[in-house]
Amino acid sequence: MRESVMVELKQITKTFGTVLANENVDLVVQKGEIHALLGENGAGKSTLVNMLSGIYSPDSGSIFIRGKQMNFSSPKASIACGIGMVHQHFKLVDRLTAKENIIAGSGGSLFVSGKEIDNKIMKLCEKYDLTVELSKRVQDMSVGEKQMLEIIKVLYRGADILILDEPTAVLTPQEVERLFNIVGRMKKEGCAVIIITHKLGEVMTLCDKVTVLRRGKNVKTLEIRNTNPKVLTELMVGGSVDLEIQRIQTENKHPIYEIKNITVMNSEGVKALDDVSFTMYTSEILGVAAVAGSGQKELCEALFGLLKLKEGELVFKGENISGKTPREIYKKGISMSSVPEDRLGMGLVGSMDIVDNLLLKEYYTQKGLFVNRKSLKAKAKELVERLQVSTPGIHHPVRQLSGGNIQKVLLGREIYLDPDVLITSYPVRGLDIGATYQIYDLLNEQKQKGVAVLFVGEDLDVLLNLSDRIMVLCDGRIMGIVDAKDVTKEEIGMMMAGQTLEMVKNQGGIYGESKSS
Amino acid sequence: MEISLFLSAAVIAGTPLLFATLGGIMNEKVGNLNLGVEGMMLMGAIAGFTVGFQTNNPVLALIGAGVVGAIGAFIYAVLTVSLRANQVVTGLALTIFGTGFSAFLGQNMVGKIISDGMKAKFAPVRIPLLSQIPIIGEPLFNQSPFVYLGYISAILLLLYFTYTSFGLNARMVGENPAAADAAGINVELYKYIHILIGGAFCGLGGAFLSLVYVPAWQEGITAGRGWIAVALVIFAGWNPLKAVIGGILFGGLDILGFRLQGAGLNVNQFFLDMVPYVVTIVVLVAAGVKKNSLNAPPKGLGNAYFREER
Amino acid sequence: MVRVRVVKAKESSRNKKLLIQSIAIIAALVITGAFILAIGHNPINVYASMIEGSFGSTYRLRETIIKAVPLLIAALGIAVAFRMKFWNIGAEGQILMGAFGASFFALKFSEVPRPLLLLIMMAAAAMCGGLWALVPGYLKAKWGTNESIVTLMMNYIALKWIVYLQYGPWKDKSAQGFPKIANFADNAILPKVFGVHMGWIIALVLVVVIHVFINYTKKGYEIVVFGESENTARYAGMDVKKIILLATLLSGGIAGLVGMIQASAVSNTLNMQVAGGAGYTAIIIAWLSGLSAPWMVIVAGLFAVLTQGGSYIQTAYQIPQSAADIIQALILFCVLGSQFFMQYKIVFDFSSVKTGTAKIEMGQGGEARGN
Repeated sequence: MRESVMVELKQITKTFGTVLANENVDLVVQKGEIHALLGENGAGKSTLVNMLSGIYSPDSGSIFIRGKQMNFSSPKASIACGIGMVHQHFKLVDRLTAKENIIAGSGGSLFVSGKEIDNKIMKLCEKYDLTVELSKRVQDMSVGEKQMLEIIKVLYRGADILILDEPTAVLTPQEVERLFNIVGRMKKEGCAVIIITHKLGEVMTLCDKVTVLRRGKNVKTLEIRNTNPKVLTELMVGGSVDLEIQRIQTENKHPIYEIKNITVMNSEGVKALDDVSFTMYTSEILGVAAVAGSGQKELCEALFGLLKLKEGELVFKGENISGKTPREIYKKGISMSSVPEDRLGMGLVGSMDIVDNLLLKEYYTQKGLFVNRKSLKAKAKELVERLQVSTPGIHHPVRQLSGGNIQKVLLGREIYLDPDVLITSYPVRGLDIGATYQIYDLLNEQKQKGVAVLFVGEDLDVLLNLSDRIMVLCDGRIMGIVDAKDVTKEEIGMMMAGQTLEMVKNQGGIYGESKSS
Repeated sequence: MEISLFLSAAVIAGTPLLFATLGGIMNEKVGNLNLGVEGMMLMGAIAGFTVGFQTNNPVLALIGAGVVGAIGAFIYAVLTVSLRANQVVTGLALTIFGTGFSAFLGQNMVGKIISDGMKAKFAPVRIPLLSQIPIIGEPLFNQSPFVYLGYISAILLLLYFTYTSFGLNARMVGENPAAADAAGINVELYKYIHILIGGAFCGLGGAFLSLVYVPAWQEGITAGRGWIAVALVIFAGWNPLKAVIGGILFGGLDILGFRLQGAGLNVNQFFLDMVPYVVTIVVLVAAGVKKNSLNAPPKGLGNAYFREER
Repeated sequence: MVRVRVVKAKESSRNKKLLIQSIAIIAALVITGAFILAIGHNPINVYASMIEGSFGSTYRLRETIIKAVPLLIAALGIAVAFRMKFWNIGAEGQILMGAFGASFFALKFSEVPRPLLLLIMMAAAAMCGGLWALVPGYLKAKWGTNESIVTLMMNYIALKWIVYLQYGPWKDKSAQGFPKIANFADNAILPKVFGVHMGWIIALVLVVVIHVFINYTKKGYEIVVFGESENTARYAGMDVKKIILLATLLSGGIAGLVGMIQASAVSNTLNMQVAGGAGYTAIIIAWLSGLSAPWMVIVAGLFAVLTQGGSYIQTAYQIPQSAADIIQALILFCVLGSQFFMQYKIVFDFSSVKTGTAKIEMGQGGEARGN
């Protein structure tokens, strides 16, 4: 049994500034085992594996790899030990080719050309059923391809301890299946695999063991066959929770915002949205499902007036507002709110306090040359109270708040504007369960008030439960708009991968067969 | 051969720019914008001159220039790489330092001239065959060995960045230090080495001025060439070979006024002096107008990297 | 075995920041002292002489103030651009062009009554300096051109322009062939208040104006937001191009005023030394003050002492002016380096265990725990 233990962490503690990320965490992973690290956002999963991969150093505690105590001072030392990590945010260089990304830093020969390298990579691909185009630049790759490349990169360095950090967050259900297949092969080859996730379904189907973390401490390690999702959830959040997302029935649905055949270019001059048409209704949540980079970001920006339309029209309550800037739209008396994906880089100013961030959407409506902060102080206090933002005070820079609190400030500000249309992009990304459900409640509350809500999400289960209708995008085109009640996760996944609604409905059975095989 | 003579002079005037541009490329390839080029050139210029003046040994003079240029770069590297200071301000401070350093050490050297024996050692050497290429042969290949050192450095750097694994690693550091770190590349070490070598190149560029081009000591001998080199890095698209062309082009602009007057054309000297600066601006604007992702600056340029950043 | 690691520090308190900065200044003094010692002088005496040279008499104090005025005003101008993360290194050229604009009226319209002429000169200086900065601003707004190099190139162009005027069309015919521009008439010279030209009043007024502008006006708020994140500015509906143009115009305009003050009150004419490096030193002052206007008063004062004291020790100890450059740079290096200790801390790990050789304890190693 001893020789088969690949990784053992003992009493690991790590702090960032005042934040305690890990406290006395233990973990044991064996050869040929797929081990899940389960926990909410902020539970300390990434921090823990980053110490295995040499990115962070633990404040205290010890790491044993194959029985030897290690003290990684850099990723290099960790790689040399056979540890390979596939990061949640890919560590790839856009401008380099796949091959260059694979071999950079791997040492070996002085020159980068040579057939042996190609052959070695191809052999690996065969062994693990991977595919890669060696001369393709990363910037031209899809998310799935990039992930595949990351895995090859790690295997090329001879890793037999693999860490996958949230590998499925950005994949379609079909890509997820392929990934699981690859991980299965790794297990057969005798690798130890650690998968970080917060998706229970994946843990149950793929893994052998699971370690649950909560608030930086380990709660329990369990054999998968001896547990079930309900138990795991309770361990994760610490107590039983009601995880039902309610779809509230509303009356009074009428069209408010019509998007007619819009085409939009992204910053590189490539078509990001191609002939997109749909209508938003009041008192409705319209979900948007798409693989990352399919045009959802540009869609949000175009609807909000931030991007120029190459073609098409935006019609709000019968009035054409195409080509108008956000400021001009506001002057027309239309209230549109937006919660962008990049909260601190776009929605808020990180170094400013809550008051100054509220000012962002109000200063231009104030009279005179000067800004008036007095009236906003009361508002800031109210926001902090109503949304239970935990902050040392309203004059604290928002950057220093936790992710959930930052999001509450942003969403709170946008809701205070009393919008007709609310555009939200990944509003719960990175938030813990409590904050997540609070955000869902806020969105439902807006819907009840009659607001037309656009919800770009990544968790298909949430999209299916929260939205009234779901619009699926692929490569900047609409694959279909479906009623959330009459569609399955798999069907949405196929549409995300580029099949139209009709195709999916016609060959639904084929997919079912491939799944059972 | 009027053209040939002009080209030859342009190559000479362009050589300090070439070295400094190569120095800038070394810095920027690993993601460091170094505005201290002018300062490092001045440090190298005085060091090269002093050593050359005292020893009459050209090799020692070049080594002295390179080492002192690298010392200037070392200050910059400690501050921006290890201590993660603002690169723009640190570069400016380095230029102030280099200016003071060269003026201070050179106060007793002002007006001193390099000995004839030393000059002879830097005299042009004709390369057989290559120098017989029509028009460009003579200007390019009948030059001081110091000029050839510039060509060779440019070619070696191109080969290094394109074909070696170290060069690939360096590019990765400049593009995405976090990715390089995760791939097991020692980011800080790569930055240090490249910044130091870059500083040595800048020092050599300065030494070319004080040892070959002028060849005497005068305060502020670089006269803003370091800044033009910073722009030339962009002009060359971070490609060492294109830096040769850029160097010659701007060298030509530098001597244009003098030559035109020599040819009896009545053009205003002061306006001609402005030309290199105006052209630099035009080049920068043109580089901004036609954006090309393969010709863009390293993505990590100007940012400090800290592994445990959250 | 000892391992050294760098970790992000907790948010530094105000006291800690002050402490670190004081240590940086002391370190700078020590390093500089070593340098002075190396060139054969007693650093304590030299420092004392610098203070003596800056404050020792009314005359010296006035000289120090005169040196501080251009540094302070130029730093205020630069800070406006830096707030927006527009790296304006072109204050030197903007000062020169401002001086040019002011001189045009001083030389051609010297019969205009004094207050009016001075006002016209100020307006012209601000205009010329502002337009000189507007060019890189426009290029940045339109094509994203790198502003630090463009502003710098424009310094050289401005300098060549002034040299051209000095040697060419504006050359004083009565100077017997000496290439200089005629001195201004008395009408074009700033009056003195308390023995120092009234530039110091302009400087203090500008400190208040800029402080209020950045912190309490809508336009100032827009500049700061834009500086933090261009995307946020766009998202908030700001016209980012207009912000760049306004801020560069303002930044250059303020620098242009320096040119008017220096030409009118200090050199009484236009020449190529009118900026005298103030545009570069001011970058450092703006940055060291954390772009805060009130702090700039203090830092500009320190640098004036350094310059004035520097020129005093030049005569007293034969220490060349270039040594002052070196000292400035050393101080700057120390302060730049000290910033690190506000954001990070260094941890030394003392552990007796050597990598890879420790005995392994494996109690429940193989079994999954807790079930």
